[in-house]
Amino acid sequence: MLMYIQRRLLMLVPVLLGISIVVFMVMHLAPGDPAEILAGPTATASDIAALRLKLGLDDPVYVQYWRFLSNALRGDLGDSLQSGETVTTMLGTRFPNTLALATASMIVAAVVGLTAGVISAIKKGSFFDSLSMIGALLGISLPSFWLGLMFMLVFAVQLRWLPVAGYNGQWWTITGVKQLALPAVTLGIGTAALIARITRSSVLEVLKEDYVRTARAKGLSQFKAIGKHVLRNALIPVTTVMGINFGALLGGTVVTESVFAINGVGRMMVRAITSRDFPVVQGCVLLVASTFVLINLLVDIIYAVLDPRIRYD
Amino acid sequence: MSSQTAIQPDKTNPNRQPVSQTQWRRAWRRLKRNKPAMFGLCVLIALVFSSIFAGWIAPHDPYEQDLLMRFKPIGTEGHPLGTDGFGRDILSRLLHGSRISLVVGLSSVSLGLVFGVTLGLIAGYYPKVDNLIMRIIDIMLAFPGVLLAIAIVAALGPGMWNVVIAIGIWSIPTFARIVRGQVLAVKSKEYVTATQAIGCRDYRILFKHILPNCLAPVIVYATMRIASSIMSTATLSFLGLGAQPPIPEWGAMIAEGRSFLYNAPHIATVPGLAIMIVVFGFNLLGDGLRDALDPNMTDV
Repeated sequence: MLMYIQRRLLMLVPVLLGISIVVFMVMHLAPGDPAEILAGPTATASDIAALRLKLGLDDPVYVQYWRFLSNALRGDLGDSLQSGETVTTMLGTRFPNTLALATASMIVAAVVGLTAGVISAIKKGSFFDSLSMIGALLGISLPSFWLGLMFMLVFAVQLRWLPVAGYNGQWWTITGVKQLALPAVTLGIGTAALIARITRSSVLEVLKEDYVRTARAKGLSQFKAIGKHVLRNALIPVTTVMGINFGALLGGTVVTESVFAINGVGRMMVRAITSRDFPVVQGCVLLVASTFVLINLLVDIIYAVLDPRIRYD
Repeated sequence: MSSQTAIQPDKTNPNRQPVSQTQWRRAWRRLKRNKPAMFGLCVLIALVFSSIFAGWIAPHDPYEQDLLMRFKPIGTEGHPLGTDGFGRDILSRLLHGSRISLVVGLSSVSLGLVFGVTLGLIAGYYPKVDNLIMRIIDIMLAFPGVLLAIAIVAALGPGMWNVVIAIGIWSIPTFARIVRGQVLAVKSKEYVTATQAIGCRDYRILFKHILPNCLAPVIVYATMRIASSIMSTATLSFLGLGAQPPIPEWGAMIAEGRSFLYNAPHIATVPGLAIMIVVFGFNLLGDGLRDALDPNMTDV
């Protein structure tokens, strides 16, 4: 197991390097001269030339990449072209909000998805089963930004149960929970649908196993047999899916944050793209992608711990 | 018989492979029995129909503004789905928008399909480059959700075709993975060894003999992928990174309707429902195709 973890950690290095290359290229493949974009529309040719020199844009690409990488490793992702703030500080204040949103969505998704999936599997072919599976497919088919607007329309504008938008950054307060409720449900529904589908098929698979029949035959109630024998085994693949989707939720926050005006990394990234604030875009993409990779690694390790039958060679 | 077909590129006789023909025919029979999948197929046909004939069946010009007819609700005479903030007919915009959705969905998936399948074939067939290609694929998969597409749009700049390219590139890794897995399973089969033994060129083995046997999961994934491409395009347009106003793209229409959510909720609601129905249809069809093409369910 330790060997496996070691090897996975080593494999992380090229992937993270690859991410950094892609992120670096985002800036350098952009049409037009970065110096021209940075200098703004009013700059003269000599201004641009001075900026090129200052930014080292005349250096060979590999020198520039090396500089980007070594700065990034030291936590220096450059400054925002708009506000002049360091990107690291900006990310530091916004990342907790993104993480809170992703976690809240995952909780919603897990509760809804697991419940619907397990009940559907036990009552296979019933009305509830068909209903929740159609619901799950609909859940995957809903554009989350639109769903967010509809929730806003119904629960905030018409019923006035929850605030329309914004987030105070304090998920531990009642206001914070209320503010996170709509965005979390919006973002979580698609994942809930996925979890429901996988839980259902996984539970159905396990229900067919001999040891479940044995458990029932020795007089265990349906409820106990499911709780003790079925779920334990059925939930292993579900855990992986949940883990991987937690990372995917991080990507989804881009949209939800923009809809609900939450001051997170995603919204910052969208704004930075429209204003061509490249250092900020790079910082956001780098942070979210690295987090995603780390979470996936963690999920794989947990997976190996949970299910000793799995051997990674 | 096989030496002849091996030498001549066989374009004239599509019935050359009776076995695979019946396989597809059997899959189609199974698909026909699947009611949700047939519903999905109907949605697809309706989408194709409306995008081809949008110019004829739309009651108004999608760009025509009529400031006296602003914010008309659903059911207004002459405007069955109402009008938007500029008095433009929503039904006409929706129909013209279906063309954009279909074109974007198909072209981005085709882009991902062509490059992804080729990379997957190469990676699966040539062990020497397998590792390199798969590591690049891993890196592309290291970007969660639409983030890779967003990063590419960030580099190329906002715009419709840039979104197509971005979503296309983002689709490559999964196609490549699926095909590679299939190739690895297929390439040790006797018929591949046989074609190697009679001296077929690699590209012929890959495209004529291996690829057709990898197609089932590719078709299923492509169908689902069109759904998610349509959704991602709408998402990027909604964020202001894709189609720019006044283009009647569905996501952009929702973004425009956002400001009038309270007074005229239909402006944002209608295009959202359209996206949902189309994506739902493609997903149902994809589910049905998977069941129909799944060899585990073969009734022989």
